[in-house]
Amino acid sequence: MTTSSQDWLNQSFLPIWLPNLAVLLGALLVALLVWQGNRSERWAVAWRRLRGDRLGQVAGAIAALFLVVGALETVVYPTDTGSRTVLQLLLSGIPQEKGYSAPLATHALSVSDPKPLLKRHILGTDALGRDTLVQTLRATRSALWIGGLTSLVYIPLGVLLGILAAYYRGWVDDVVQYLYSTIAAVPEILMLVAILMVLGKGLGTMAIALGITGWVGMARLIRGEALRQMERPYVAAAKALGQSDWRILTRHLLPNVMHLIVIKFVLGFSGLVLAEAVLSYLGVGAPVGTPSWGAIIDASRSELSRDPLVWWNLAAASAALFLLVLSLNILGDALRRAFDPKSNS
Amino acid sequence: MFSYLLRRILFFVPIVAGVMLLTFALFFMVQSPKAMAHRVLGPKATPKAVELWLHNRGYDKPLLINRIPEQPWYDSLFISQMRRLATFDLGSSDVTGRPLAEVFRQGALPSLLLTVPAFLAGLVMSVGLALYLVFIRNAAADFIASLLCVALMSVPVMVYVIFGQYLVAQVFNYFPAFGFQLNGWSTAKFLLLPIALMIVSGLGADVRLFRALFLEELGQDYIRTARAKGVSSAVVLMGHVFKNGLINLITLVVASLPFLIMGSLLLENFFGIPGLGNVLFTAIQLPDFAVVQASVFLGSLLYLGGLLLTDVCYAWADPRIRLH
Amino acid sequence: MLSVRSLSIDFGAGAARVHAVKDISFSIGAGETLALVGESGSGKSVTGLALTRLLQEPPAVYSGGEILFEDRDVLKMSPAELRRLRGGKIAYVFQEPSTSLNPVFTVRSQIAEALSLHRPEVSDVDAEVARCLDLVGIVDPSKRMHDYPHQLSGGMQQRVMIAMALACHPQLLVADEPTTALDVTVQAQILDQMRLIKQQIKMAMLLITHNFGIIGGIADRVAVMFRGSIVEHGSTAEVLHNPQHPYTKALIGCIPQLGQRRRRLTTIDYSTLG
Repeated sequence: MTTSSQDWLNQSFLPIWLPNLAVLLGALLVALLVWQGNRSERWAVAWRRLRGDRLGQVAGAIAALFLVVGALETVVYPTDTGSRTVLQLLLSGIPQEKGYSAPLATHALSVSDPKPLLKRHILGTDALGRDTLVQTLRATRSALWIGGLTSLVYIPLGVLLGILAAYYRGWVDDVVQYLYSTIAAVPEILMLVAILMVLGKGLGTMAIALGITGWVGMARLIRGEALRQMERPYVAAAKALGQSDWRILTRHLLPNVMHLIVIKFVLGFSGLVLAEAVLSYLGVGAPVGTPSWGAIIDASRSELSRDPLVWWNLAAASAALFLLVLSLNILGDALRRAFDPKSNS
Repeated sequence: MFSYLLRRILFFVPIVAGVMLLTFALFFMVQSPKAMAHRVLGPKATPKAVELWLHNRGYDKPLLINRIPEQPWYDSLFISQMRRLATFDLGSSDVTGRPLAEVFRQGALPSLLLTVPAFLAGLVMSVGLALYLVFIRNAAADFIASLLCVALMSVPVMVYVIFGQYLVAQVFNYFPAFGFQLNGWSTAKFLLLPIALMIVSGLGADVRLFRALFLEELGQDYIRTARAKGVSSAVVLMGHVFKNGLINLITLVVASLPFLIMGSLLLENFFGIPGLGNVLFTAIQLPDFAVVQASVFLGSLLYLGGLLLTDVCYAWADPRIRLH
Repeated sequence: MLSVRSLSIDFGAGAARVHAVKDISFSIGAGETLALVGESGSGKSVTGLALTRLLQEPPAVYSGGEILFEDRDVLKMSPAELRRLRGGKIAYVFQEPSTSLNPVFTVRSQIAEALSLHRPEVSDVDAEVARCLDLVGIVDPSKRMHDYPHQLSGGMQQRVMIAMALACHPQLLVADEPTTALDVTVQAQILDQMRLIKQQIKMAMLLITHNFGIIGGIADRVAVMFRGSIVEHGSTAEVLHNPQHPYTKALIGCIPQLGQRRRRLTTIDYSTLG
């Protein structure tokens, strides 16, 4: 299997340890969240409820599986012929063919000259003869990186501005509200297209663009909830005790909106995965050469009018995309139910 | 009411100014006009051609303030752009040079022909389905329906389009799969499939949202009062729940009305409908920065118009609200 | 007229099942007023709603007993019969008038809806609505009836609720904490009004409250509910002056009395109540 020279993660200017570090940090972040959550009564209750939610568990397991695949495709390993991802090494036994072949076919997809294949491919091969299943799995990385990077941009920004606006009110609130009203005034897709056109294609710029439009929803959500929390007596009590603003913000307000952040993160992630596909399709998303579901779906448009029909690339990418988004949506709903004080049992 | 609307419109002024600043910063400061010229004309363009291109569009003026002696200080790119937008002059295309007001006017009708029927039919269907789900109150049906809704939401639009186009056009060989002719009722045959796809792609999210909305109303005290009066479940739903839910629905739905004119980016391109969505799609591919910039400006005006419309409808539907 | 026999109501199913009402019995004769007293969560409101099967099923389950209204079991009635019963024979006034009235309909249309369901023979609806509002002491009823609920004060809203309940001449009025959400002075006005109405029209009443202080002078008999059971039952004077059950004694002890010098409010020691 050849690695495209334009694959952004394998570019020479990136130190080889950077993606590995990112995966490590991501895992640490999850562990920290779980550990922090365990100390809170509310999280313990939610966790118990989640354990009784069979559908939510299945969805969580599927999402986790995607996470593992994405991580395996991110962690790079130096070899004699250049660095490879762990997933590439694991799947290196699957040979590359000359062109299209149908799922489980023994011969290439050609009416005039069907040559025998090196091996059977479960989901067939694409125009360049690459295994469709492998390509689909590799594309997981783009989706997860977009979701992850964008979350790193929009969550801190939205939470910080939302919580500060609610805490300080006055001109701080006015400025934050003006900022998000202005950004919200531009329809999201237009804003994304405009930013990406100017900044150029790439996963990094896509994350920035999605982050700029994405923080608005988070800031609104957090501001609203924090304003409600501010009316609770415990905030007044903390102030009366002379606790510092920083302490009230981090020890009282933040833990009480944390569950909303987690729910929004999971549901937002599914939206980001969809957005990645749509933007890649529009031609302002992933750069050429980066495996991405949106790019595969885009390429498969012309394949549907071929004779014989090539459907497996579209089907595989759509199914993977659908499965990840669906499981994230279901997981997000399960989390929302688990944290809802109104829901019983 | 009138004074309220006037104050509201005045409140929009800083937001519109913000959007204008934002687009200027994005298109002329984050990227230099020269870089824009190179991307439009291609990397092999001669310096002369680039200069001419910039000059024809006034992009060769100083960026913020004109310090060139014997030229007025206000003759800068920033001020001329702001003046242009403030007078609602959308400018002209970077590529074809056509005035954009004309381009947009031409694209509006095909877009509306697609989006208005899809919006209306979709709204009726999703409200009807949501009411029905709330009415039957069946745990199993509720579970299956909400799972189905989430599944519908999880499919990207282009998969709907590719699949729908393939299924209907190639397998059943029924509709014209592509193309558009503005020709009385026969236009409908070009529009039926994209309209159907637009409805399906939005159905899941809408049914889910409206169901939650109606369920929320169903839990209110006044519903108990109505039932205690002996009102039947159907009348409780259609009279009490529906009217109250409708008010909340207005806030969600009316704001999106002005955007119908913008059409659908993906569907119009797929089906070759020459609407505003397609104009934008083409502009992205070319690239034509002037079109995108004008769309951003126009889009924000439509958004603010939607807010205003929401206020008015809200005051009309909810007796508790008066606009002062 | 109404007779509840060994009624039990549960909520939920399986391990999460809660017994909200346990084997309670009481009866109300025509024109009689019974006060059902207990703290929040004692099952008194559930009992009131159960009389016309207004509880949401599920989670509510009527697990035993019967509710006989004019010798017919409410629990065996068809949905159509239940609808004729609700509002027509047994009417309700709820605790929170601000949320119990539909905010988007005028007072007139909400009362007219009840009239159209149970008294379709009324031809001049406006006049009848005005008469009902006049009965509950609303000044200028023909004007007020075109108001929306939010344009009225809390006390006025509760008067509208009562007018709506009385509009169809019910035989039994279930008043579930009718004054709890109101200011103290308004509370007294509403109670006086209810007393006055009871003198004018012959109607039985089930007054559900947590407050022993308001039942004197309006209730003929009292039933005290505690943790889903009726622990004491007798005439109002009897129960107020000579309570038997320790819980009743404790509840009565909570009523602040004028002229009494007490340092602290009485608290209820649940450990002794079993």
